[in-house]
Amino acid sequence: MKRDAWQDLALGAVLLAVAACLPWFGGSYWLSIGVTIAMYTVLATSWALFSGPTHYISLATTAFFGIGTYTTGLGIDHLPYWVLLPIAGVLGAVLAGLVGLATLRLSGVYFVIFTLGLAELVRQIITWVQNFSGQKGLYVLTDITEADIYWQLLGLAGIVFLGGWAIGRSRLGFALRIIGDDETVARHSGINTARAKVILFMVPGAVAAIAGAILAPRYVYIEPLLAFTPMLSFQVVIMALLGGTGRLWGPLVGVIPFTFLWEAISASFPNQTTLLLGLCFLLIVYLLPKGFVGLIESVRRWAKSREGYA
Amino acid sequence: MDRRRLFKLAATTALATTLAAGAALAQEAVKIGAVGPKTGGLAGGAAVSFWPNVQLWAHDVNARGGLNIGGEMRPVEIIEYDDQTNPGETIKAVQRLATQDEADFILAPYSTGLNLAAAPIFDRFGYPMVTHTAISDQIVELSQRFPNMYFTLGGATGLAGGVVEVLTKMRDAGQIGNKVAMVNVADAFGIELAEVARPAFAEAGFEIVYDTSYPLGTQDLSPIVKGAAAAEPDAFVAWSYPPDTFGLTEQAMIEGLDVKAFYTAVATSFPAYAGRFGAAANGVLGAGGVAATSASFQEYAARHEQVTGAKPDFWASGMVYSSFQILEQAIEAVGSLDKEAVSAYIAENDFETVMGTISWDENNNNAAYWTVGQWMDGVFNGVASTGREGAIEPVAKTGWE
Repeated sequence: MKRDAWQDLALGAVLLAVAACLPWFGGSYWLSIGVTIAMYTVLATSWALFSGPTHYISLATTAFFGIGTYTTGLGIDHLPYWVLLPIAGVLGAVLAGLVGLATLRLSGVYFVIFTLGLAELVRQIITWVQNFSGQKGLYVLTDITEADIYWQLLGLAGIVFLGGWAIGRSRLGFALRIIGDDETVARHSGINTARAKVILFMVPGAVAAIAGAILAPRYVYIEPLLAFTPMLSFQVVIMALLGGTGRLWGPLVGVIPFTFLWEAISASFPNQTTLLLGLCFLLIVYLLPKGFVGLIESVRRWAKSREGYA
Repeated sequence: MDRRRLFKLAATTALATTLAAGAALAQEAVKIGAVGPKTGGLAGGAAVSFWPNVQLWAHDVNARGGLNIGGEMRPVEIIEYDDQTNPGETIKAVQRLATQDEADFILAPYSTGLNLAAAPIFDRFGYPMVTHTAISDQIVELSQRFPNMYFTLGGATGLAGGVVEVLTKMRDAGQIGNKVAMVNVADAFGIELAEVARPAFAEAGFEIVYDTSYPLGTQDLSPIVKGAAAAEPDAFVAWSYPPDTFGLTEQAMIEGLDVKAFYTAVATSFPAYAGRFGAAANGVLGAGGVAATSASFQEYAARHEQVTGAKPDFWASGMVYSSFQILEQAIEAVGSLDKEAVSAYIAENDFETVMGTISWDENNNNAAYWTVGQWMDGVFNGVASTGREGAIEPVAKTGWE
């Protein structure tokens, strides 16, 4: 392995360690912001792992997240909490695999539409099962604190970054980059494109489900309206695009400013929150079409060209 | 006068006005946080039952000169946040109120789910949490975990039990037979109510001749109502949510579902219900209710309309306002902004509110609550409760004219 790669890993580990100190220094308000940032970092980074190289826009985050939430909600009285997280991950991956098999052979548009409907489909199935079995309201009453949730999300973020880093260096990552550039070429080069896409789509599925399972104790009461909020899928896409999907750390530089922007708007304009967020989306798309990553890199290029003249 | 000077003059005038107003409110305001949906799935319900009462309560307190805190009159200042019907946002907003705005007290959020999401934070900061729209059958467990959490609106068992009680009463009076058609919206609360009602109806000797559910958001409810009509029931009971409460009623009118007892659940008590169906609403039974003829409610309803420009609903509205009154009375009785002392005072006392006396059982629960109301001439009066005064006798419905 090259020396650069080790440096990247070490830097990532140090940043993660610094972030992990927040509960001791930040106070509860910053901790709740921290949980939001960690949650969206996990969701947006894993989303970009698949959607970045393949250019397939997935709106299924909510579906996987909701499955994870319900896994904890239904299982917390019967199984130890730590067992529920891998179960949620497996369920999310299996669902993503099934959806991938059904839709990833099709072109992008069908995939987007299917994933948009998936959250509603899963929600309806869960409600139907509840109605059928007479399941009452789900309460998740645990002693898990906000700091515990934060650390778990950070841990998950670490796994996602490590996984993304490994995939980027694997044959799978290489195959996906070729698929993203030209799928026909990829097929002619002997790449099983459908299999590669399905395998990679299982990653955001599993990660979002685990994130949902981790956050369920924070919500205490689980109901479909709250677990399957359609906004979540769109927020993840917007944050990832704001950051830029070309780099592993891209979504992170989108999530952090966006969370603060969101917080500032929520705090200052309680009556126009949604309206102003919509305006911000528009501005982001118009002014930063390649996200912060694109901005940072064009600044770098500009600086380099200046050096050349000097 | 050029434009710049005009602007200067305007600015000076504005400043002077602000200063004058500031002098009138010499005492430092008591900061009260309010978090609820202004957008998202529950925004409609909150716009009827929650936000107008926040406005009304602040208006009422400040019109009296403010809260009497140890002999000092201090106005209240409301800090509002929209939680977008998202528990994650509710949590953030309550955190923000507690730590950034340093709110002295925080009003309980709107709806069961959002209250429970916020409960751990209220608990951590020691804020008393007098809920107004949290409906739960797990009150024992919740009150043990969150000792400062209070419940006022009841639980599914009581609400469903009230319907069985009313129908039993009507059957014993010879108004209806014992055939019940029951439908429910396939969503958390609708499922829970249907689940509780099924055995309760059987135990009371009713025969459920039709029992089905429909998904949340169903637009075409005519198959449901047609199916119910085909079973020729004596009573129609729908454990419904706001959109389908209206939809089912409309379909029942179209299909001529001529039952002597017609019940729809959530939002039947909204003024918009009578507004939409007019005289046809007469005799319709619904979840909740108030002692609509009591002087305290009538006086409250008049004030609500005068200050906010809208009528209160006949169930949750009054309870939302009452929960604010409880907080207000406790703060004034303690005479300080000490959250712990106020919480302790709430636990140990009964309160006179627009909904009548509210008192707590050993689980911080208001055990006496309204369960069923009935529309008659534009008023939705309580006909059944778990021990409140002011109920009237239910009457048989006579068609949809």
